[in-house]
This record gives sequence, C-alpha cells and structure tokens, in this order.
Amino acid sequence: MEKKILLANIETPDFGKFETFRKQGGYAAVEKALKTMSPENVVDEVKKSGLRGRGGAGFPTGLKWSFIDKSTNNPRYLLCNADEGEPGTFKDHYLILKNPHLLIEGMILSSFALGANTAYIFLRGEWFYLMKILDQAIEEAYAKGYLGKNILGTDFSLDLYCHPGGGAYICGEETALIEALEGKRGNPRMKPPFPAIKGLYQNPTCVNNVETIAAVPWIINNGGCEYANVGIGKSTGTKLISACGHINKPGVYEIEMGLPVEEFIYSEKYLGGIKNGKKLKAVIAGGSSVPILPTELILKTAKGEPRLLSYESLADGGFETGTMMGSGGFIVMDETTCMVKSLLNYSRFYHHESCGQCSPCREGTGWMEKILHRIEHGQGNMHDIDLLVDIAKHVEGNTICPLGEAAAWPVRSSILHFRKEFEAHVINKKCTFNNG
Amino acid sequence: MVKVTIDNIEVEVEPGTTILNAARKIGGKIVPPAMCYYSKLKGTGGKCRTCLVKVTKGSEKDPRPMPKLVPSCSTAVMDGMVVQNITSPEVLEARKAIVEFLLINHPLDCPVCDQAGECDLQNLSYEHGLSETRYEEERRTFEKIDIGDKIQLHMTRCILCYRCVFVADQLTEKRVHGIMNRGDVAEISTYIKNSVDNEFSGNMIDACPVGALTDKTFRFKSRVWFAKACDAHRNCTHCGGKVTVWMAGNDILRVTGRKDKYGEVEEFICNECRFEKKDLKDWVIEGPRKISRESVISQNHYMNKNKPEKKK
Repeated sequence: MEKKILLANIETPDFGKFETFRKQGGYAAVEKALKTMSPENVVDEVKKSGLRGRGGAGFPTGLKWSFIDKSTNNPRYLLCNADEGEPGTFKDHYLILKNPHLLIEGMILSSFALGANTAYIFLRGEWFYLMKILDQAIEEAYAKGYLGKNILGTDFSLDLYCHPGGGAYICGEETALIEALEGKRGNPRMKPPFPAIKGLYQNPTCVNNVETIAAVPWIINNGGCEYANVGIGKSTGTKLISACGHINKPGVYEIEMGLPVEEFIYSEKYLGGIKNGKKLKAVIAGGSSVPILPTELILKTAKGEPRLLSYESLADGGFETGTMMGSGGFIVMDETTCMVKSLLNYSRFYHHESCGQCSPCREGTGWMEKILHRIEHGQGNMHDIDLLVDIAKHVEGNTICPLGEAAAWPVRSSILHFRKEFEAHVINKKCTFNNG
Repeated sequence: MVKVTIDNIEVEVEPGTTILNAARKIGGKIVPPAMCYYSKLKGTGGKCRTCLVKVTKGSEKDPRPMPKLVPSCSTAVMDGMVVQNITSPEVLEARKAIVEFLLINHPLDCPVCDQAGECDLQNLSYEHGLSETRYEEERRTFEKIDIGDKIQLHMTRCILCYRCVFVADQLTEKRVHGIMNRGDVAEISTYIKNSVDNEFSGNMIDACPVGALTDKTFRFKSRVWFAKACDAHRNCTHCGGKVTVWMAGNDILRVTGRKDKYGEVEEFICNECRFEKKDLKDWVIEGPRKISRESVISQNHYMNKNKPEKKK
C-alpha cells in the first residue's frame, strides 16, 4: 500500500517549481499524448484506468468525458473544481500547495482529450494564497511552451486561467460553479441540460475535481491498465484522504484503494491511533455530507468483514449500515464526542450555505439546525427526534442539487446510530458531554 | 408527437414539452400545482418543488423509473413516459411537506392580506397543508418596504419564487431589484437607494403568487371577491391595453392583467393602464370576466348567483 501517484516526490525541495517538476519526469505525459496519441486514445486510456471522480460522486471519468457534445462547432470547456469546501476535506488544497504543476499537466491532457482550448481552475475564494502558487506555475508553463498556442509545436492550443470564487460552499456544485464563473450568483442550475451539452456560456463543458485531473498524467505515462491494477475492484488507483479529528497524526494521506479502515486508523504509518489513548466512537468517512458510522460499523461491515477504504466496501449495507467514500474527508471522533453537538455543527454549516433557491433546502436546513440547537441545550423533547428524521427525509431527494442530501444524511444517520444520545439530552435536559 | 401517460390518462404532445404542460393539456385535477413556474417568463420553474411528480417509466426506449421525484415544470416528456401525480402517495406526501416548508416563513394572515382569494399558496395549503403546524421556532419577519411609489413589498410573505426577478429581468429596462443574501435569510430587495419605477414593473405584482408584492393603489380598498371583475380595453401606446378591471359599482378599484386559469397573465400591461386609469371613462368595458381558477374569487361571484325568483 505504498503506491504514490499524486504525492510522489513532493518532498523534493522546490518541487512546485517547473524545473524541479520537469526533472522528476513532469510534463512527460503531455509530450507523449500530444505527439503520439489522439484525443480518443487519451479518453480510452482513462476509461481503461477505471478512474472515478474524486469530488464525491465517484462517477467514471472516461464515461463523463465521452458525454461531451462533439456534434457542435461551439467551443468546449474544461473546468477544474478546486472549490473544496466540505468540512473535514482539505486534500485538494494540499495537492495544489505541494504539486501545482501536476494539476496543470492534468489540465492540459484532459483539455486535449475533450477538445477544449480554454480551461479554468475555479479556486475556493478563501485560498487566495494558493492562487499565487497556481498563477506562478501557469506562468512558468506558458513560458516553457506547455500552455498557449501550438503547444510543443503541435496543433493543440490551450489557455488556462485560475479563477477565484467568492467563498460559497454551493459553488462546489458543478452548475453553481459554472454560474459563478459566468459572473452570476452561484446558484445551481436545473438539470437537464447537463453541462456536457450546455455548460459554460451554454457550450459543452466538463467539470472535474482537482484530484481526478491530477491522476491523468500517471495514467497516460503508465497506461490505463496499469492504473486499474492499483486498488481493488471498481475502486482503482490511489485516493487522497484528509484525516482530522481525535487522531494522533492528522493530515493528507495517499492510500491505495482497498486499505482496511482499521489499519488506516491505528497504523503508525497513517493516523497512529486515537489521541490520548481514548476509544474510537464514530467516523465520517467522506466529508461531512456522508452518513456517520459508529465504531462497530466503520471497522467492519454488517457482515463482519473488514471495512476497506474503497467505494464499494464503504457503501456496503446501504444507508442502514454503510456510508460513502465521498470526498475523502475522514473525520474521527473519540468517546468524548457529543454526537448532538457534532451534528449541530454540521447542520449549522449546511443551513448557512444553502443557496435558498428551493424551498425544502432553504427552509428545511434552518429548521433542522434550530431543533438540534434546542436538543443540545436541553430544551428538546422526544417528539423532536422523530420530527428531525421526518424533516430530513423530506429534504432528501426533493432539492435542486445534492446539498439537500448533504444536509439530511448526517441527521438521519446520527439519529439512526446514536439515538440514545439524543434521548439522553432530552431526558437529562442538558448535554452530558462536557467537552466544550 | 410523443405520448405520455399522466395519472393513467394518455396525451400526445410536441417533443420538448414539459410534464407540467402535458398535464395542463389534459387539464383538471391532475395538473400539478406551480408556485414558481410561469409559462410567460423564460427560465422560471424548478425552485418551489411543489410540482414534483413520480416518473414510473422513463420512456419506451428506456423504461427504467426515475430514481427521485422530478419537478414537472422543468422535466421534458419522453415518448412512452408514465407519470404519477395525484395517484402517487409519495408525491402527495412530498407535496404536503413542501407546503409545510413554504408556510414556515409565510404567515397565514389571509384575513388581512390583499392577495387573499387569489393566492396560489392559500389554495395549495387548503388542499395539501396540515391543520396544525409542527414548527415551533422563531420565524423571520421584515418591515414593509416601499420599493416604488406604486408597489409595496412585504418580505414576510415572500416565498422566494423568483418570479418578480424574472419579470424585472425580462420585461423591464434598468433592472434595480433582485435577491440579496442566501438561504433562509435571502430576500427580495432593491439595490441601494434605488426604487422600482419602470413602466412595466407592475407586472411583478401580477406574477407574485402570494401577497408579498401588492398594489399600493388598491391595498385594503376591498376584498377581491367583493369586487366585480370585467374585461376592458383602451388604446394604449405602451401595451396592448387589454386588462381586467375590478369594480365596486361604477368605481374602478384596481386594474390587473387578464389571467388564465393557472393564474398567469395572458398579456403583460403597462403601469399607466394599471395604476393611473381608474376612471370608468378611460375604458371600454367588454363584459364580466369569467374567473376560471379554482379560487374563492369564482365562488359567490355575481355571475354564479342564481337570480332570485319572484314570489308568486
């Protein structure tokens, strides 16, 4: 499980600079693709690799690329979603910070595959300092002939821009991102039409996550089949996991898909166990928007098999006993954690970040937060717990974009797995966890 | 033409027609409600979620059901599609929930609201709402704002359907109002120190499905069901001049656009016709307006009254 694809060589001094990156084999994939491959070949290699979107949905990347409408002569666009804003998720931030040229190389390859001559990196507004790093790297790539007109003397030209967002979580939703990039309010669009048909400026557009795009150079260098050999089953390749919470070694880890969760948490190589020798209580495995799992279900599936860090294994059991890979934000909670307070924090976030376009999300997220606030502060009643579940069920699936699910799943899963704790708050009329 | 079946009734429609408009072609009870969709304005719909329906068969080519409820106002029909609206308990449950969400921040002040009697939310609540609220938290309230000399905004009643924003965007020049903030603190507002004074701005009042935007020349003058509605016209240099005048005796209390049975105006009218022509001499009265909406306006209206028979 030592495979490094995205974070290889990052400890090399000045790795963010073009020359260093180039010496370590950077931009070789661009040379290979532009000089020896057709765009279709690149798409095929990505399809063979089994690479799935690393933004959260896990949709096959090659398949997504093949949806791009090539029947029109209109310009096509590639947008890199660098608006990572999920609480607990910070792996794209780390990747850009440590390896900006890998992202740029991936953007060139992906744009070539899609026939896009203009591409944008939509960067989370709060990361303004990362923009300087990216702009510097883009400037170097232009200067060395890897961006601009007739790259490396070929027919392919690409202009790449880094665009900062306003810092709204909703702009991470692909159609809201497009609206924001067009200079409008970052509200999600109704689908269909999908961006592959009508995206940026009503033209065919593909939106991919930072980590997804950064995996493409390795796939082109080594072949899609080689990438598919890494990982497990339909979860191919490596995955960046940003781990935080009550652990000894928080940070961003590149793991090979299929690593057992237990090994990831307790091994010295990874998280180094629970902080201060406390007991593990729960984990949110894929950023705050996925269902939370208690210890007995995060370490082992309902069937008693070891839970692995892969799309399939994490989802095993469905909503009742499983969760999702999501964006890879691995949030660990020890035995002192108050589940009500923790949920209240997430609910506050989704309430605050709802764009307000559709009624269930606009009104439901606020309602859930207010009830949770009462329960946490000893003013709730037993009926409130069922009411929360009912509200969550009616927000889920009835909204324009997935923010409804993101707000509802933590509520439903927390009550499903930790109902007694909610009841204890009601019975004792106070929070029984004095952890501040 | 493509065939679609809605609540077991088959209808043929043009390709690209939405489920909602296919249902409107059939008519009657199976037409989903719509609070934000407005057929006369481009790009509306999809926001309020009251028109959610269940697609049990995608099409002849791909008969798989759709995994979630879909907004009928923005989902195009496919040949062979099968849709459930009022025949689906899931849809009715979702609609009940949506009404509950909408009423969280919409006061049931119908007795003092000028929109009472012609309010889409009032009708929707009557059909799908709960008799008691489960919401115990604090609700949002706003001071009333004069957003123009003829239009009053009462944000407390606004359900953020965006219809007035689309009106402003598509009918008026120098747009000065829109949505501020986000989530449940989003609000309709004018830009700083601006007011809405465009000559077609009054149409925002007609497009508002609730009583958030009201006509200051009519406020509190009468309940709509006490006024008699007549179609009228005049030669207007700004608009078609075809309106509905709402009268008490020979006094014109208010002027609105003529609305179809879904409460959508047939032709947008100018502010001069709406706000300034309140004299009977200004208009050629065509005759009583038939209000075909399922609304209190159509109840107890003088047109529906039986003429008392002379006692023998």
